[in-house]
Amino acid sequence: MGKLLTVKALKAYYKLRLGEKLRAVDGVSLTLQEGEVLGIAGESGCGKSTLASCLSGLFFPPLKYQKGNITLDGIDIIRTDKQTLRKSILGKKISFIPQSAMNALNPTLKIEDFVADVMQEHEPDLSREEAIKRAEERLEVLSLPKDVLKAYPFELSGGMKQRTIVVLSTLMNPEIVIADEPTSALDVSSQRQVIELMKRLLQMKITKSMIFITHELPILRHVADRIAIMYAGVFLEVGTMPQIIFDPRHPYTKVLMSSIIVPEKGMRERKLPLITGRPPDLRKRIKGCRFAKRCPYATDECRMREPDMEETDGRKIKCFHPLKGKEIKQNEVI
Amino acid sequence: MKLSNNTRLEVRELTKIFVSGRRKITAVDQVSFEIHEREIVSLVGQSGSGKTTIAHMILNLLKSTSGSIIFDGKDIKDIKKKIYWRNVQGIFQDPFSSFNQFFVVKKVLRDSFKILDKSFNNEEKDKIIIKALESVNIDPGDVLEKYPFELSGGQMQRIMIARIFIIKPKLLIADEPTSMIDSILRANILKLFEKLREKQGTSIMFITHDIGLAYYVSDRIFIMHRGKIVEAGSAEQVIMNPNHTYTKGLIEDVPTLHKEWILTKRS
Repeated sequence: MGKLLTVKALKAYYKLRLGEKLRAVDGVSLTLQEGEVLGIAGESGCGKSTLASCLSGLFFPPLKYQKGNITLDGIDIIRTDKQTLRKSILGKKISFIPQSAMNALNPTLKIEDFVADVMQEHEPDLSREEAIKRAEERLEVLSLPKDVLKAYPFELSGGMKQRTIVVLSTLMNPEIVIADEPTSALDVSSQRQVIELMKRLLQMKITKSMIFITHELPILRHVADRIAIMYAGVFLEVGTMPQIIFDPRHPYTKVLMSSIIVPEKGMRERKLPLITGRPPDLRKRIKGCRFAKRCPYATDECRMREPDMEETDGRKIKCFHPLKGKEIKQNEVI
Repeated sequence: MKLSNNTRLEVRELTKIFVSGRRKITAVDQVSFEIHEREIVSLVGQSGSGKTTIAHMILNLLKSTSGSIIFDGKDIKDIKKKIYWRNVQGIFQDPFSSFNQFFVVKKVLRDSFKILDKSFNNEEKDKIIIKALESVNIDPGDVLEKYPFELSGGQMQRIMIARIFIIKPKLLIADEPTSMIDSILRANILKLFEKLREKQGTSIMFITHDIGLAYYVSDRIFIMHRGKIVEAGSAEQVIMNPNHTYTKGLIEDVPTLHKEWILTKRS
């Protein structure tokens, strides 16, 4: 298993009017191994979608790159020109499914026209027929109806549209798929079908690795191998799925986990966490730990200095006073 | 459970048929149920099952095709709208569309006093507003002079609920108020429901597709499918021991923490 993607100390901001900077990604490092699904979770506004779009290397204004590295399969994404990125990296090596991508389908084109357009953009020598044939074959392999190609977007249900998007964005067998909230706005049955499809893509080695961004932690429980918890532009805890979901150590991760409500025995007796306040304003420089203001365990040290990311037992955590796990009544959480 | 048996709302064979040209769509099909005082019930179903249509009819925003809605023993057709809305209020999925975007929060909240029969001067109103905002964990100084677009979805949703603390209706119809916000805020909204019940004895009808939330907060759950209530009972019974095939399938599709969810065929 090799490293497919490495991100080092990445910083990016939105340039606002009046010259203000909104530091949405404020020093994020991550690695993605071959064959792995990395989940990124956090509240709305934590920067997780911005992080995803940074990974495409395109940095559309007002989003601006500030510092750090993104290395994909030995290629320096930041220093690759946009034309090369578009033609030979995006879609082929790394495929990005942005939030509500399914609503971006051109309503006046049949899905097959869209397929031909996109494929020919990346492979100019490919004929329209070949492009559509490739899509048909892929749909068949994944046991999805190939009639969707003949349909207009409005003729498909939300779930079917999203599955079509997932299939189309992996037509060129990208090594990595980055999916931003691919299941939000879908009902539970369609959510499950989308996730099953994504798992199948991995099993069939159509794609090697995935980054899955969502605020729905119960879904990550079932798809992610590792999970990163993001807050105010940085990761606060990164660990394996069981570490994060069943044994969280960062107080923030713990709060997130205790706010999960699923239909499961014992859930009705659960006390929900009381957490007030909002994440810090990313337009201002933040002193100390970003979670300190809302953290029940915060000390003066936390308010003065930002803790470093420390690694123990394969888990990384950015906290001066991590929870001790088992000593706390962890099981009431899950 | 401190439930009383007094019926607050009774819905009898409620039906709504939408007609468009020759097409007829039965959105709500002979639905009957009742909601008691201080009770939290959830109406659960997928999109298109008719949940919101029921909500709109109960809120008297939409006329039914047939059937009746009885509030505190009186058919709502015979209750003046202003008086009815003093007693029955709604909150909706998108809090931004419920607010006039040209008014600051203070103005919007002051206006909500208009529905009440007592008159207040601004000073009295502001006192009540501040208390209501504090009940929903919002610092009044943070929001009173702001316009809706300056606030987050979670803040707006809580301000909507603050309105409920001001108007003190007997019944709250909450139509998917949690679907646009993330888990921590969802948990907060559920806590506010419980607080409304404790403090004001409000009955709540929670309309949602989130089975976990319904299970957590409700006394009883109604499962809706294609305009009909296919299963009804206590939360424990409906979710842990469902009878109807549709309910079973619905619950199976929800990811939980301890049961395997993805069943990919091994090839």
